[in-house]
Amino acid sequence: MAFYVVQFLTGLASAASLFLVASGLSIIFGVTRIVNFAHGAFYMIGAYIAFTLTERLSGAFGFWGSIVLAALAVALIGVIVEMVLLRRIYHAPELFQLLATFGLTLMVEDLVVLIWGPDDLVGRRAPGFKGAIDFFGQNIPSYDLFLIVLGPVVLGILWLLFQRTRWGVLVRAATQDRDMVAALGVNQKWLFTSVFAVGVFLAALGGALQIPRDAVHHAMDLRIIVEVFVVVVIGGLGSIVGAFVAAVLVSELNAFGILIFPKISIILVFLVMAVVLIVRPWGLFGKPEAAARKTPGLTVNPWRPLTSNERLASLAALVIAAMLPLFAGNYALTVGSEIAIFVIFAVSLHFLMSVGGLASFGHAAYFGLGAYGIAFLAKMAGLPMIVCLLLGPLLGCLGAAVFGFFAVQLSGVYFAMLTLAFAQIVWSIAFQWVSVTGGDNGILGLWPSSWAASPSHFYWLALGVAALVMIALRAMVFSPFGYALRATRDSLLRSEAIGIDAKRIQWTAFVIAGTTAGIGGALFAYLKGSVFPDNLGISLSVDALVMVLLGGVETVSGAVIGAIVYKALNIWLVSQTDLSKLVLGGFIMLIVVVFPKGIVGMLEMLAQRRRKSSPPGSPLLAKPIESAE
Amino acid sequence: MSAIPPLLAVEGLTKSYGGIHAVRGVSFSLRAGEILALIGPNGAGKSTCFDMLNGQNKPDSGHVRLLGEEITGRKPREVWRLGVGRTFQITATFATMTVRENVQVALVSHGKQLFNLFGSAPKFDRGEAGRLLELVGMGGYADRPCGELAYGDLKRLELAVALANQPKLLLMDEPTAGMAPRERVDLMRLTASIAREKSIGVLFTEHDMDVVFEHADRIIVLNRGTLIAEGSPAEVRGNPQVQAVYLGEGLVYDARHREGAST
Repeated sequence: MAFYVVQFLTGLASAASLFLVASGLSIIFGVTRIVNFAHGAFYMIGAYIAFTLTERLSGAFGFWGSIVLAALAVALIGVIVEMVLLRRIYHAPELFQLLATFGLTLMVEDLVVLIWGPDDLVGRRAPGFKGAIDFFGQNIPSYDLFLIVLGPVVLGILWLLFQRTRWGVLVRAATQDRDMVAALGVNQKWLFTSVFAVGVFLAALGGALQIPRDAVHHAMDLRIIVEVFVVVVIGGLGSIVGAFVAAVLVSELNAFGILIFPKISIILVFLVMAVVLIVRPWGLFGKPEAAARKTPGLTVNPWRPLTSNERLASLAALVIAAMLPLFAGNYALTVGSEIAIFVIFAVSLHFLMSVGGLASFGHAAYFGLGAYGIAFLAKMAGLPMIVCLLLGPLLGCLGAAVFGFFAVQLSGVYFAMLTLAFAQIVWSIAFQWVSVTGGDNGILGLWPSSWAASPSHFYWLALGVAALVMIALRAMVFSPFGYALRATRDSLLRSEAIGIDAKRIQWTAFVIAGTTAGIGGALFAYLKGSVFPDNLGISLSVDALVMVLLGGVETVSGAVIGAIVYKALNIWLVSQTDLSKLVLGGFIMLIVVVFPKGIVGMLEMLAQRRRKSSPPGSPLLAKPIESAE
Repeated sequence: MSAIPPLLAVEGLTKSYGGIHAVRGVSFSLRAGEILALIGPNGAGKSTCFDMLNGQNKPDSGHVRLLGEEITGRKPREVWRLGVGRTFQITATFATMTVRENVQVALVSHGKQLFNLFGSAPKFDRGEAGRLLELVGMGGYADRPCGELAYGDLKRLELAVALANQPKLLLMDEPTAGMAPRERVDLMRLTASIAREKSIGVLFTEHDMDVVFEHADRIIVLNRGTLIAEGSPAEVRGNPQVQAVYLGEGLVYDARHREGAST
């Protein structure tokens, strides 16, 4: 019995940090409508700075002072980020803000390693809370008891701040209607900056307070951000009480889940989240969001199928791409195959995102599931390659069918967060279930059959599949189903009023996109000869997002170009520098701020401008595959 | 009661939000080919009433029957399948699609081709889409992106979309709100002629009394959630209770008519 009580208290203690970070995210979202992906990064910087300060400043005052000082310092960094980056993109679509803050996260990950090194850092114990208290023979660290008290205290302070101060009233008003608050003469810039600072302060404080409990390391940002997303999805975005209740719930589920499913305790949290989302899609304490979501690209050129000339040009580009083995070496062919595979991956997400308006932040899950599907079939069942290639993607299809069912119940940022959480769950299963997946060691020795073994043959295979996938998805955009999918993206209200079951349409699109990603993953497994948990990790999901945005989310097939440019750049960068995340993060922020319409979007815009000034009949935008050479 | 059930029969419809009784025991019916106006001051419960008819909102109690079939609490898309088209107070259209594509989506849905993955949508029922657009006077706009249209044109497009499933009943929530006076008259004239020709029942809410009295066959008046009058335009106009509720607008209307009569 005592054991369970102690387990319960440990859960409560873990909830404190989680609550701090989640409430910060919630406050920032409430006012600025930005889902701050970099929140985990601020949490991590808070921990690192606090670690450094506590090492330098001695004594109890030094320790607690360091914690607060670290949080303040990070809040200052937050202010700079808000003023330099976020102010430029408040009016961009939600997706771009998530992506920009993700770019920031990537940069921070490399910077942290650069400054503090790659090793785990074990911090000081908290003065005054070094020991443990005996509870019927079980030990409870006294620091845990401190955290248990701290959580409700912070909740109380926040409550007072929001109910009793002028600033709090403004924040609550802005949460309901920020345009109205601006119309009443409130300085919005100042309000947004201060809210962001408070949110970041809470995140950093959460990180700093973790030092006595946990080692500081450079991957702690992604771990916490996934948990925080789960917390705010359960509690309801924008609700601080919701964040508290959900933080306690999630922490307790983790604490007791470990007893029930020691290896895959995160499943339990996922199940609870699924139940909450079915019963209350806006979280326990959240309110249904008024549908203020901007339709992507009201100024979009109407989409149309390719003309016969454009078809010929695309075919010509494909033929040229197919001639690559005549003059290129093996390395170039391997790179070519990889690019072709990423074209498959990118167009699958593009279909979901552009046509369906559903921005999945965890699309790599289905890519990776396709790859693991191959690994299971080839290594365990020993099936030949052709059979594997046909059946392997079905695992991606299955995953997309299960997760997609829940994900399409939501939209916008909730959808993005949920898909991210799902992907992270799949990743942790692949990582932790060592007996089946090999864990971090992956599954090795997946080689193509002899007919596809040579680099040129494999390249042709990948290119052929990529071409088929592109044609099929493009046909779907202009099929009755594609129209219905675009309809659900543009207006749910109108779709339902003309007999469209929007959820089923979106679910179907999700499954199509997931299966297609699975095809890419299957080929990828054969290309690399191995499968690792990274094949379904967050960074791969973000790669896909960047490829789509780089190509242009408002275009029909921009992702093709986006994938080719991005992947080529990426492969080149990794060969040139160790700080690829830093460069990549900067690159992502650059795209978001400077090229919101992407490469193909920009070309289309230029072409349209030229057409307006010159007589019609001039050739249209650059063909998707042309730059494949 | 006749042997054939009316096109739309509403019985004891009730809805409250917390302590506010938005709609209380509203009953009325509508025949095929009839144009019925639902009027009332702001906050009378018109929109709540309206949303309960096609399943946008669920009533606390009461019944809605379409040709005798119970449709209370059915989802909007199910009600649509039974032949009820609707337009919205604030237009809801597919902004990134062209005008023709907007109508084609509705035709695709009507033809139950929503899950057709490899057909050609641009060619889908193109002729029928063109006819519907001609009908509402939008034939020349077919290839324009819907996001570029003026508000009055969006309202006409909505009408074309609502007609795509050959409805038996049209629900129009403030069909002329936000339109210029000239456009209002045109749209309602168009609606009335289509309704009479195809024997479609039309229920509409409206604030513009000129539109109401000119086009409605019958008027029902809602005030504070209850039905206070029902009858022909002349009867409703002469009803003292309605005049009390509508004092401002009623006087303006009368004054204008007297003016017109004296000259």
